[in-house]
Amino acid sequence: MQRRFVSIWFRQLLADWQLIRRPELAEVPFVFAAPDHGRMIITSVSTLAAEFGVETGMRAADAKAISPGLEVLDDKPARPRNLLRGLGEWCVRYAPIVAIDEFGMDGLLLDVSGCTHLWGGEQEYLKEVVTRLKSKGYTVRVAIADTPGAAWAVSHFGKVTPIIPVGGHVEAIRSLVPDALRLESTVLANLHKLGFYQIKSFIGMPRSVLRRRFGEDFLLRLAQALGTEDEVLVPLQVPLPFQERLPCLEPINTRTGIEIAITRMLESLCKRMQTEGKGLRTGVLTGYRIDGKVVQIAIGTSGPSHSVSHLLKLFQLKIDQIRPALGIELFVLDAPKVDDLEVPQEEMWTSKPGLDDQSVIRLLDRVAGKVGAEVIHRYLPAKRYWPERAVIRAGSITEKPASEWRVEKPRPTELLKQPDPIEVMALIPDHPPRFFIYKGVRHQVVKADGPERIEREWWLDQGEHRDYYQVEDDLGGRYWLFRSGHYGGDQKYQWFIHGFFA
Amino acid sequence: MDNAKKEILFKLQQDILLWQGFKPQAAGKAELVGLGDIEQSFPGGVFPKSAIHEFITVLPEDAAASDGFIAGLLAILMKGGAVCVWVSTSRRLFPASLSTFNVEPERIIFIDVKTEKDALWITEEALKCEGLAAVVAELNNLSLIESRRLQLAVEESGVTGFILRKDASKTASTVATARWKISPLPTDTENGMPGIGFPRWQVDLLKVRNGNPGTFVLEWAGECFEQVKEAAVETVWSEQEGRQIG
Repeated sequence: MQRRFVSIWFRQLLADWQLIRRPELAEVPFVFAAPDHGRMIITSVSTLAAEFGVETGMRAADAKAISPGLEVLDDKPARPRNLLRGLGEWCVRYAPIVAIDEFGMDGLLLDVSGCTHLWGGEQEYLKEVVTRLKSKGYTVRVAIADTPGAAWAVSHFGKVTPIIPVGGHVEAIRSLVPDALRLESTVLANLHKLGFYQIKSFIGMPRSVLRRRFGEDFLLRLAQALGTEDEVLVPLQVPLPFQERLPCLEPINTRTGIEIAITRMLESLCKRMQTEGKGLRTGVLTGYRIDGKVVQIAIGTSGPSHSVSHLLKLFQLKIDQIRPALGIELFVLDAPKVDDLEVPQEEMWTSKPGLDDQSVIRLLDRVAGKVGAEVIHRYLPAKRYWPERAVIRAGSITEKPASEWRVEKPRPTELLKQPDPIEVMALIPDHPPRFFIYKGVRHQVVKADGPERIEREWWLDQGEHRDYYQVEDDLGGRYWLFRSGHYGGDQKYQWFIHGFFA
Repeated sequence: MDNAKKEILFKLQQDILLWQGFKPQAAGKAELVGLGDIEQSFPGGVFPKSAIHEFITVLPEDAAASDGFIAGLLAILMKGGAVCVWVSTSRRLFPASLSTFNVEPERIIFIDVKTEKDALWITEEALKCEGLAAVVAELNNLSLIESRRLQLAVEESGVTGFILRKDASKTASTVATARWKISPLPTDTENGMPGIGFPRWQVDLLKVRNGNPGTFVLEWAGECFEQVKEAAVETVWSEQEGRQIG
């Protein structure tokens, strides 16, 4: 694909920003200044102040002398970067890769390859960018070209047209001044001294000559502008390999509209994942609202999936959380986590049911999406006798038990979370009780089995052992009782009920 | 003439069953679930698998007995590696005990939610899921409309639904295919040996749609259900509960 780049130059980034914040400054010349070697040096100038001849690099005191009523504002070194980051994140609606112009620290570079047709062509695209930024209060110059370097050069110094046609970037920068190549000031001074006022005057010179005179960095900048060397943009938001974008002609603010948008993006995303043998594990839907806010919902699956209907169902559970306000103009669907997914051969007859059955996994995904994954439990046997620790939670849905389930000792079907204390009458020590009182009801014990002594796991906790009895009362109810501690006159012991047998 | 009438009657009965959600079983396909005579109470003499079975469990003893009875049925329903979902808001079931009833506890997915509303939603979704063998839901109250929704879900998917209800007052208002009450009975050991024998229950089939309700005595004989014939049991009336307990 032909690569195209847009450079957006904020001519007065700080001044524009200040005017948006404090509109009353529109009538007042003002500058930004930062301390440097004990003096206040001007770093940014407003339009009004520039009319008085105030320039960047001047001392604030001198500027005040030539321009009465000049307001000097404090500049912070990190401010331009923060502003650009904010603007860049807003610009993600125009292109997936947006980078800060590190050289001038007053512009953005966009990789718009394959984006402009969505706005109806490059001219409409640039018009949209400029008018939208202008309505926000920023005056910008933009240019589009085959290389970031050429786009930067034309946006800053171009005089003819901001749209450099494909392959025309070399011709376009030939007549520009050397400053357009993003060079160090010492190199620029050298070039001027030697009489190179236009790029075309040195563009044809042998590289070895240029390298000796102006250094390696100069050659790199030249090559980047010409496109012989690739320039890597550092994106503000790293676009993920599985991402779908859907700009909307009209802002969308209805549930049906959002559902249609999600379906469309899922269809193309799932198609791509299917061909690459991947399945989605987590998905994030981001909606860029027209008021500049961003809304997000996320889903997760317990196994990789590239089924449109299933993923749509998961998103549908969360659509209520989206606040579209006046409307969403761009949807971005990311799949931050994907896993390999073997496409199983379609089975003609119903497949063997089990834990890895697709419909079961989908059910669990929906439950996890609505209520939360923490409500789903599976248990595996633990090699322990202490009843509360006899089962452990399975880590995943397909984890197999490491040991056999024990059946030799009777265990109640219903186990109380906390053993309840009961009152008991037993005739002989270490015999099962004759009767017990639980919740005010007296149960006459007719039959009993036991005791089964279970020692405490002393390496985990302290306390008495338990002697368990399985008893049956005259009505047929079967209970699991235990005595905590030894039977003895001086020792303390207590009876508990711990469960009900079937 | 007589034969023709019989045929018409049979046809009409089949139609009614079909309208009420019973799918006709193909000949020879009907599997027995090992409940013995109880299965004869159901229409066609077949335990309805794609249906809602409701269990009334007021006392914790009844709940434990119902758990055991359901576990015995699950052992058959989950044959071949199928999975079961157990939905509850206050679960006391001890997974390790299920292996006594030949159920592999790791094939049961427990979903423990906080609210009844979530439990109902999950139950309905699970009943629609064809990959499951059965769904057990512990629900305290179930309205007519909610139960109808569940019934429609199982008719579509063929999943067996077991609803454990703690509240017995509004029993008449659901559309369950069968309503059960399982209560424990005193066990019997061989030759009067001391100790406790196989779990024994009184199975009250309170309501069967198009079937015959009845009362049975059943035992889990280690591997399968075994019906205890009335003759072997002497009638014992409990003073406390005012019912026959053995």
